[in-house]
Amino acid sequence: MSHTQHALVSTGKPFAFDAARETEFQDLLTKYPSKRAIVLPALWLAQEQEGYLTVESMEYVAQRLEQSAVSVFAVVEFYTMFKTEPVGKHQIQLCRTLSCTMRGCEDLQGTIERKLGIGPGEKTPDGKFSFELVECLGACGNAPVMRMNNRFWNDLTVEKLERIIDACRDGRDPVSEDFSR
Amino acid sequence: MLNKIISSRFDVPGNHTLATYAANGGYSSLPKVFAMKPDEVTEEVKKSGLRGRGGAGFPTGMKWSFVPKNIDKPRYLCVNADEGEPGTFKDRLILEFDPHALVEGIIVCCYAVGIHTAFIYIRGEYDAQIARLSAAVKEAYHAGYLGKNVKGSNGFALDVVVHRGAGAYICGEETGLIESLEGKKGQPRPKPPFPAVVGVFGCPTVVNNVETLSALPWIINNGADAYAAIGTEKSKGTMLFSISGMVERPGVYESEFGVNLWEFIERSTGGIKGGKKLKAVIPGGSSSAILTADEARNVKLDYESIAAAGSMVGSGAIMVLDEDTSVVKALEVVLRFYAHESCGQCPPCREGTYWLYEIVHRIREGKGRPEDIDLMLSICPDMSGRTVCVLADSAAGPTASYIKKFRHEFEAYIQRANAPERQLHPGGVNLESRAL
Ligand SMILES: Cc1cc2nc3c(=O)[nH]c(=O)nc-3n(C[C@H](O)[C@H](O)[C@H](O)COP(=O)(O)O)c2cc1C
Ligand code: SF4
Ligand code: FES
Repeated sequence: MSHTQHALVSTGKPFAFDAARETEFQDLLTKYPSKRAIVLPALWLAQEQEGYLTVESMEYVAQRLEQSAVSVFAVVEFYTMFKTEPVGKHQIQLCRTLSCTMRGCEDLQGTIERKLGIGPGEKTPDGKFSFELVECLGACGNAPVMRMNNRFWNDLTVEKLERIIDACRDGRDPVSEDFSR
Repeated sequence: MLNKIISSRFDVPGNHTLATYAANGGYSSLPKVFAMKPDEVTEEVKKSGLRGRGGAGFPTGMKWSFVPKNIDKPRYLCVNADEGEPGTFKDRLILEFDPHALVEGIIVCCYAVGIHTAFIYIRGEYDAQIARLSAAVKEAYHAGYLGKNVKGSNGFALDVVVHRGAGAYICGEETGLIESLEGKKGQPRPKPPFPAVVGVFGCPTVVNNVETLSALPWIINNGADAYAAIGTEKSKGTMLFSISGMVERPGVYESEFGVNLWEFIERSTGGIKGGKKLKAVIPGGSSSAILTADEARNVKLDYESIAAAGSMVGSGAIMVLDEDTSVVKALEVVLRFYAHESCGQCPPCREGTYWLYEIVHRIREGKGRPEDIDLMLSICPDMSGRTVCVLADSAAGPTASYIKKFRHEFEAYIQRANAPERQLHPGGVNLESRAL
């Protein structure tokens, strides 16, 4: 259960899927025996399009799938990967579970806090970085690990993490390690 | 290594593509399967002794046979690719390096049970794996292994849908998964009814783990007897073990059952990192009871031996603690996980995981009271067998084992907290804040 506070953000602008996502949505309608089962996939489409879930996009998903808006809000609140506020351009998720703790993730947390001046659950004022501590990412063989914007970095050390953050700051691509080996 | 079944193709470059997979014997179980009657396939899987690799170790063929035969409803397969048990990362490798073996296993299972739609529920954080799996499914459709008339089947239809989770450990529990797949919060359902009878969309449903299904092509190709000849009396075949923590080379290693636990860890990983000493082993994910170094050196790695030692094989997630690792700290991290992941619908789980974490947290912080240890032990029994799913037991069981086997470590933290100089130290122990 997600214990984070969800502040809902309304943009005041109507939301609709763009053309590519509308095609994907139409495809989803053929794959599931119930409309409700499409709530999660449709929320993913909306979040990918906007970067986070606005009130308008959640209401839109509810309306397209003939669900109440409240039931969709409740679903969003349950899942940690759905975001109802804008996240950083670089969304750092550092694993804090046992194998990563044994191999030094607490030092890495210190590095992030020192270098970026933000703690878990916070975002830098320029919106470039947000930082979250997350539970086991299923990559414990490469502990300590982090995930950032759908990509993974393995076997982290303080130096390696500093290089990654510097690269992001300078607009360079820190080469990720999305596979186990 | 001897007896590589699931991981035999992990090192073949490009094996995630259909062309390479097929060139290495991929999809060759299908002609054999389609030459059999569906019930014969289920019998073969029963005979192999294959047990579920998701954590519960339930016999796979038997699970399939619980699905009612003459019922006027569709049946579904839910593939459990949620892989959330801390320490577990073996399904990740199958999805990365051998996704077509999973697709082939899905076809075998669905043919045996008369299923025409399978949903693969994959954890949302597995970005690259979702891409590989989706590509494999697409290739399989193109090649005619999925769709209205599966190649060589004479009219067997099968659709496979990749469904992305959104970050909730509890959605790995089979009924939590089903609720989530239906578009709801992933809160587990009371059992019975079991999913085999009433599962997703109110229909009979098989829930199987990725690794379980990926073992099926080998069993069909080589025969149930060949599979059953590997391992022990009650633990047949091989399993992937995710080994992490304080070892030289963490990773996924496959082994037949029945080997010595510590020898296997040492042989595979090169032993404890930096030549340190072994303190303890958590053999089956964070839900399993901890084993002391002595226990780990003297137990065989199979369902019955690990159970006799008071723990479980679970998802095969072996976590190794060296002499410098604090058991108190380890328990704190494990309990923080369960307190965070409890879905909250059962009071003994919601409250129990919260308080266990709070107490161990203050012990680790140096604010523990002497009676805290027994307080924790007294909370554990109240969490067992009283909840909708076994997450509460998964927190309580390990807690009791860590405390019973390493009580001296907990006592040392508390003694330090209560040493006179600490109590006098400003900013040290605040007696007020200790009230529960
Ligand atoms: C809290 C909890 C979490 C679970 N997480 C997973 C998981 O991530 N993956 C999995 O395959 N099984 C998981 N299981 C086990 C499933 O409930 C179920 O037993 C399994 O998917 C059945 O497949 P199998 O028989 O092939 O193992 C979990 C169980 C519980 C109680
Ligand atoms: S035991 Fe815990 S996780 Fe399982 S259903 Fe109850 S509250 Fe939810
Ligand atoms: S504990 Fe960090 S990835 Fe599993």
